[in-house]
Amino acid sequence: MPFIPHTPREVEEMLAVVGVRGLDDLFADIPPEMRPARLNLPKGQGEAAVCSYFEKLAARNGTDMVSFLGAGFYAHDIPKAVDALAGRSEFYTAYTPYQAECSQGTLQAIFEFQTAVSRLMEMDCANASVYDGGTALFEAAMMAVRATRRRVLVVDEAVNPIWRKMLATYIAGLPVSLKTVPQKNGVSDLQALIDAPDKDCAAVIVQNPNFFGVVADYTEVFAKARLHKAFSVISVYPVMQAVLKTPGEMGADVAVAEGQSLGQPLNFGGPYLGLMACGKEHIRQLPGRIAGRASDPDGKTGYVLTLQAREQHIRRGKATSNICSNQALCALRALAHLCLLGPEGLARQAEYGMDMARQAVRRLTSLKGVEPLNDEPYGNEAALRLPAPAEQVAAALVEKGFVPGFPVGRYYPGMENILLLACTEVNRPGHIAGLAEAMGDLL
Amino acid sequence: MKTIFAESVPGRGSRFFASDAPAAAKMLPAGLLRSRPPRLPECSELDVVRHFTRLSRLNYSVDANFYPLGSCTMKYNPKFTEYVAGLPGFARLHPLLAQLGRGAARTQGALRCLHEIEVLLCEITGMEAFTLQPMAGANGEFTGVSLMAAYHRAKGRARAKMLIPDSAHGTNPASAALAGLEIVNVESRDGMVDPEALAACLAEHDGDVVGLMMTCPNTLGLMESRLPEIVALLRGADALLYYDGANMNAILGKMRVGDAGFDVVHLNLHKTFATPHGGGGPGSGPVGVNARLLPFLPAPRVVKGEDGDFFLNDNLPQSIGAVGPFYGSFAVIVKALAYMLRLGGEGLERVAEYAVLNANYLKKRLQNVLDIPFERICAHEFVASAPEGLRALDIAKALLDRGFHAPTVYFPLIVRECLMAEPTETESKQTLDAYVEALREIVEQGGKDPAGLAAAPLNMPVRRLDETTAARRMALTEDMG
Repeated sequence: MPFIPHTPREVEEMLAVVGVRGLDDLFADIPPEMRPARLNLPKGQGEAAVCSYFEKLAARNGTDMVSFLGAGFYAHDIPKAVDALAGRSEFYTAYTPYQAECSQGTLQAIFEFQTAVSRLMEMDCANASVYDGGTALFEAAMMAVRATRRRVLVVDEAVNPIWRKMLATYIAGLPVSLKTVPQKNGVSDLQALIDAPDKDCAAVIVQNPNFFGVVADYTEVFAKARLHKAFSVISVYPVMQAVLKTPGEMGADVAVAEGQSLGQPLNFGGPYLGLMACGKEHIRQLPGRIAGRASDPDGKTGYVLTLQAREQHIRRGKATSNICSNQALCALRALAHLCLLGPEGLARQAEYGMDMARQAVRRLTSLKGVEPLNDEPYGNEAALRLPAPAEQVAAALVEKGFVPGFPVGRYYPGMENILLLACTEVNRPGHIAGLAEAMGDLL
Repeated sequence: MKTIFAESVPGRGSRFFASDAPAAAKMLPAGLLRSRPPRLPECSELDVVRHFTRLSRLNYSVDANFYPLGSCTMKYNPKFTEYVAGLPGFARLHPLLAQLGRGAARTQGALRCLHEIEVLLCEITGMEAFTLQPMAGANGEFTGVSLMAAYHRAKGRARAKMLIPDSAHGTNPASAALAGLEIVNVESRDGMVDPEALAACLAEHDGDVVGLMMTCPNTLGLMESRLPEIVALLRGADALLYYDGANMNAILGKMRVGDAGFDVVHLNLHKTFATPHGGGGPGSGPVGVNARLLPFLPAPRVVKGEDGDFFLNDNLPQSIGAVGPFYGSFAVIVKALAYMLRLGGEGLERVAEYAVLNANYLKKRLQNVLDIPFERICAHEFVASAPEGLRALDIAKALLDRGFHAPTVYFPLIVRECLMAEPTETESKQTLDAYVEALREIVEQGGKDPAGLAAAPLNMPVRRLDETTAARRMALTEDMG
């Protein structure tokens, strides 16, 4: 029996100890009318057969394509040492560190992760991670709602629409509303964001670079929010954060990020992790697991889960969130990734992506009818206006083995011709030339 | 152990990525750049590998230790599933590719996995459809609760109360509150939901009850024997019944929750279907619904076309929206699917049989060691109290010294000095026997020398840590406290 060690003799002995005759007698408490007659499930298979089935399925996916697809989720080179370390089963077959004395590996890693996230963002402290960038954004918004006791969230329309859709879903049952500040040609409207907060505003929520790749300084937006006693929440792209002005420098109250680009494969959408960092003054509003440094009776340093009075297993319905744990293994991967790249490596990745994006923009805008959506500074991602609907262009290019980027029209009516194109270390100058040629043939 | 930040040497680095791209300052105005580089560790690859290898050795894990943590289903995680989920054809696949024109054609392998697990989960639970989007159990709870609320809203009702038994996991009330609902506590009797108390609650909050969240078998490890009455009471009020799938390992193949009358269920793939817990995550918390709730499922849904190809359907006008960015914790889902295909129907039913056998064997063997409040046959886990005069916490710490992870302690809240153990089906009789002997020794030692027991553990990397001072000091990063 796969993964069940019992011999027939042991089963007999154990049943005798329990005092029942057969295994099925153990289920006598289930009302008979609730027992299934039979299950229509496939027969079990050998390990080799299962592996080869999945090898065939995996081979049907287009991971061999030249891709410029980003939109908040990026293909980056990941050191193989990340896989080796996160692949240590002392980490991945443990559970959340309820017993601190036998979980110091996990706990110290969380403490180091919190330090790394805080320093990347230049914020005071961070939690042990939440599910993803979207839930991080929602949890940040709820911190503001609780702390300010206000109910309006001002959100820049150039915040990733995938996360805005999640935000709308999560607040649907709550007495909280969204006030969206329209973007203009992919540019966040800083003046409108400065003017937006009033006495009902819980938070102003922005993203840097924004969904369209545009980089901005939100210092004035945040200063004005503070004047109205509203929170400033910013979502960042951790790789670009190695070079960009930090949430701390801009005066944000809460900084969040989708952590996928730190050591997580794209994995067709998950698992990922959400990073959350905040100022010390907001620590008791921060949801999720937090590790802290402690000492034992001999004065030896160790780590524990701390400030647990915020959490669901203590506070139940009054907890800061319903989250029980964190994306611990993803956080470990992110930490190992950051350590292996170092400040230098992370900045070089950001710069390489920016340089490639500039080369791509230059090359593609030399095609007839292709132009940049705006003239703003950008990071490793840029929006281009095509002379035809971007969905159609993308579909045709996918047939030719190119994923040219993300057509934004489905989320932004009226922007059907706009294509969002991203570059990272996986893109080479040859890819850009190939894409330009293929696109040129189409337009 | 020193932190990786303390091991950093300025100017050292792994040089993992180098390029001759221009500096950021040449591409962006200075005002948009950070004033100093992030203070991340500067280490060689060996520094980093050695640091994390040493850290890993400070952990207990299923692969090295018996881990009978109740309600967490810490079963063995087969290694082949890691291989399968790590295949580059899955790992490198961008989720948005499936949403581009012609992109579905290039993601058929992945979409097929999602569809296939949904079909299997429906068969196992008797539900009509599943969303795979929720990223963990608690996230699934929020999703399920939101679906229940959406059902009533669509009928033009503004119901606001969720009934939750006092034995429930803390996430149940937290999830319901997150969805904007008020919690009504239902008192249990003999450890089970009491239909009389439930009827009283329904009467008191007539017309305002969204539903009841149940864990079944419940957190005491007991099957709810009056389930049919409970179902009938809720149906009478057109209130919905939620199944918390934390304890699904106990009933695989033995009871289909859809047939039993539950309207919505969340499963924890990382528990029941053997994917690693990862030190706390990632998990995966798919939510299944019957026909009544199907229209409200999150978007998009994976659909099989008439030609046999799979595609994403975003056109769901009554959908509650999106609880996750894409299609769920895909890599976790692939591992769970691989496990299910390996075991097949027979193997899955065996899981419940041996999980329940192990729990009952352990309970029986511990009868004269711990105080066992419920004598009847238990499900996949059981609760016990520390013997009079001993503390559950001290017993837990003494177990660590003997190489065992502790059971869940002080939960459920309704049991005194509670130790809740879930051995799972993958543990051998020898391991269970050794655990019984260890507990016997601990209880004996504790009877003679309670102070000695209170000093445990002595053989771990650290002794008991001072949590109160830690909470006051708030050293949450290398730069605080």
